Amino acid sequence: MTDQAIHNRATSITVRLAATIALILAAGGIAISVAAYAYGRQAAQEAYDRMLAGAAFQIVQAVSIIDGRVVVNLPVSAFELLALAPDDRVFYRIVGPDGGTITGYENLPPPASQGDEMTFYSADYSGETVRLASAVRRFAERGFTGEVQIIVGHTTLARAALARDITAKALALLAIAGIALVALVAFAVRSSLGPLVRIEQALRARDPKDLSPLTVSTPREVETIVAAINRFMGRLADRVTIMQNLIADATHQLKTPIAAVRAQAELASGEQDAARLRTIAGRIHTRAVGLSRLADQLLNQALIIHRSDAAAQELMDLREIAIRATDETDHDLLSSGLDLHLDLPEHPVQARGDALSLVEATKNLLSNALRYGAPPVAFSVEHDPATGMAAFTVTDCGPGIPETDWPDSGRRFARSAGSLPDSAGLGLAIVNAVAEAHRGKLAFSRTADGRFRVALTLPAERGEQS
Amino acid sequence: MGGAAARAAEATHQESLAATLGIAKHPPRRSCGGTPHPNLPPQGGKGLTERFRFVVLLALAATLLAQPADAQDVLTEQRVTQFGAWQDTATATLTIDGSTDTEVFAPILEAFARRLPDVAIRYREITTNELYQLAESGCTSDAPAADLVVSSSIDQQVKLANDGCAQPNHSAAVQALPVWAKWRDEVVGLTYEPAVIVYNRDLVPEAQVPHSRFDLIDLLRPADNPFVGRIATYDIERSGVGYMFAFVDAQQATTFGRLIEAFGRNKVVATCCSAEIIDEVASGRFLFAYNMLGSYALARAADDKRIGVVAPTDYTLILARAALIPKRAGHPELARQFVDFALSEEGRRLLTESGLIVPFNDPAPSGLVASGEVPTLRPIALSPALLIGLDKQTQENFLALWRSSLGSAGAEVR
Repeated sequence: MTDQAIHNRATSITVRLAATIALILAAGGIAISVAAYAYGRQAAQEAYDRMLAGAAFQIVQAVSIIDGRVVVNLPVSAFELLALAPDDRVFYRIVGPDGGTITGYENLPPPASQGDEMTFYSADYSGETVRLASAVRRFAERGFTGEVQIIVGHTTLARAALARDITAKALALLAIAGIALVALVAFAVRSSLGPLVRIEQALRARDPKDLSPLTVSTPREVETIVAAINRFMGRLADRVTIMQNLIADATHQLKTPIAAVRAQAELASGEQDAARLRTIAGRIHTRAVGLSRLADQLLNQALIIHRSDAAAQELMDLREIAIRATDETDHDLLSSGLDLHLDLPEHPVQARGDALSLVEATKNLLSNALRYGAPPVAFSVEHDPATGMAAFTVTDCGPGIPETDWPDSGRRFARSAGSLPDSAGLGLAIVNAVAEAHRGKLAFSRTADGRFRVALTLPAERGEQS
Repeated sequence: MGGAAARAAEATHQESLAATLGIAKHPPRRSCGGTPHPNLPPQGGKGLTERFRFVVLLALAATLLAQPADAQDVLTEQRVTQFGAWQDTATATLTIDGSTDTEVFAPILEAFARRLPDVAIRYREITTNELYQLAESGCTSDAPAADLVVSSSIDQQVKLANDGCAQPNHSAAVQALPVWAKWRDEVVGLTYEPAVIVYNRDLVPEAQVPHSRFDLIDLLRPADNPFVGRIATYDIERSGVGYMFAFVDAQQATTFGRLIEAFGRNKVVATCCSAEIIDEVASGRFLFAYNMLGSYALARAADDKRIGVVAPTDYTLILARAALIPKRAGHPELARQFVDFALSEEGRRLLTESGLIVPFNDPAPSGLVASGEVPTLRPIALSPALLIGLDKQTQENFLALWRSSLGSAGAEVR
């Protein structure tokens, strides 16, 4: 792999995951930070408001009426409570019913509205923001009736510090969680991508000629990749095998006729007699025709094998295939007087497949029957709705292939047929390859009246026929 | 000896000046707690004048003329002393207002002046209430503010800080202080002075020496005890420190109620001031004096064998004289340097020599009469809780209680 290729490849999964997780963490982190700060402020506010309330209540209790006069004995405990906010300045004011200050800081602002409950409010006082609590005590004593308002407050250093502290702790926790998450994700990514690395290593370590399935154990999610690789390798192996067989058989098939042509040609070169020369030329012609058909068939088979893997499966009417095959069958064979009987159903028989392959295959079946079988030859398209299978059948009255050869016929190049001078012997192999490519099969049988029957079956398309 | 002579001469000069200006003649020089310090550390035989240009200006006329009207009302008398560089040639003048006697505070001021030869240091000795009023007017108006205020009235110092009249000193030396000795880094405790019981060693038998408030109450219980009319304490209506000690006593223990009740029965004399009370204990006019400031008492006891000092074992209040840098100080940096110097090892040593830090780590600490028991030390924390004592109403209530307890039983208030 060149450097250029490395640079051009898509972003790695690790980088994608890292980016996604970083994005999620950043967004979550910001959201949680804001929430933590809001929570910290809220918590600090509540905590110190309670403290303020406690101090205010203590001072409320310390207010009494003596001889019709408001008397306040400020409790030390109230101020010690306030001193729990250690660096905050403390303010208080006790206001009589006439609005005059009884004691404390005279201009400490009262709340905008005072309810029966403790009222908390913020104000600017003495150059700082001050949080205040205000409570009212009502007296109905001899010589004094009215309300005494108690205002207690302090600056907000301790609140801000507590809010900061809570936020900082929350953020520290968040940071730890984030780091842990990143570490876990890194570990998870590495371990999840492990099988891919193993597959890569297995492929790299393997011999280039070894096309056997991979045996790497992988998690279920990656199994599909391994299966796909194995399927691909299987097809590759099949293709290579077919190619090798094709080449081997083609070599084998072509060797004899070519040798014969050469021998005849050599004979001709030394022959003086014109009549015998003409005879030899006739033989050479016959051989050349056979050779040409053989080459034809070899190329056909190569083409069909290629198409069975590559061609798109299209929907078609099998009757049209039968008609095309009949039309394209060698008319020399028909003009010899042999009878061909084409038997087609009334309704279309739909199936998916490659028309060219099927035409070639059925042509082969017809040619075989016409060439080697005994007339009359019946060619029909059948459809069995019960099994959902369609079939091209060719029946002739000849002896056909011996039953012992049936299992071998089509599986490989029929050697018995290959010895015939003008026969390629490839016909059934092509048919078989086409049948397999269409998830069908090639079957031989004898009819009840002893005729030889060859059938190419393939699945029909359900519900298409009317 | 030359230094002492110089000071004597200055004192005379001071008196004559005061007389010229028509100011009430003294002693006492201060309304309360002020007294010529009897335990001056020897100055190594050399004249202060030579070494530190120790100058007693007593520029009373000049300063009074320079003061705005309200400050004039506040200041009844003051004593201004200059240390370090001459004011004309100095790059800056650090003004320190303090309630501590000039003689007692001089060593640390001189040592600080030695470190900053270009700086003139002006120390004004003023009573605590006047210190507070000056600092307050300096905070709220355009009146000139000192660079540093050092007062034994720590409640007033806390009030100043609470009213936003101070600026903080976040130095490492301040951070190192215990929590009780500082507030907001604005009020900083410099000294360590116990509140003690002073007694006459010649007239009080050793067996009767009270080592705790319980002992004192027991001693005063019999109706015909010999101490009637011969016990003194601060008049808390006139002495800020005396009031604070009494107010804190009232919070510390229930003994306070029984104590002032006993004081009332025994016709305790509430009077002023430290120097006079201790003088009269020495002379035998008083047998006991309660809640005296230990720094003065121990200094006197070192010179005068008739004076005994006891730190009560039930609890001994500790006062840390507090420094505060006013918000409008002209040279806050110099003031911070001085505070840090006072908190440094050398500063502490000098304050200990001056008697302002009373060490309690020795087995028989610095002249205290040992009782065999270690006293429980209760430092008065610099915190907003001290504000209560200054509350108008609470103060009235407390003084009313004091008056009724002492007055009803016929105690003498001079």
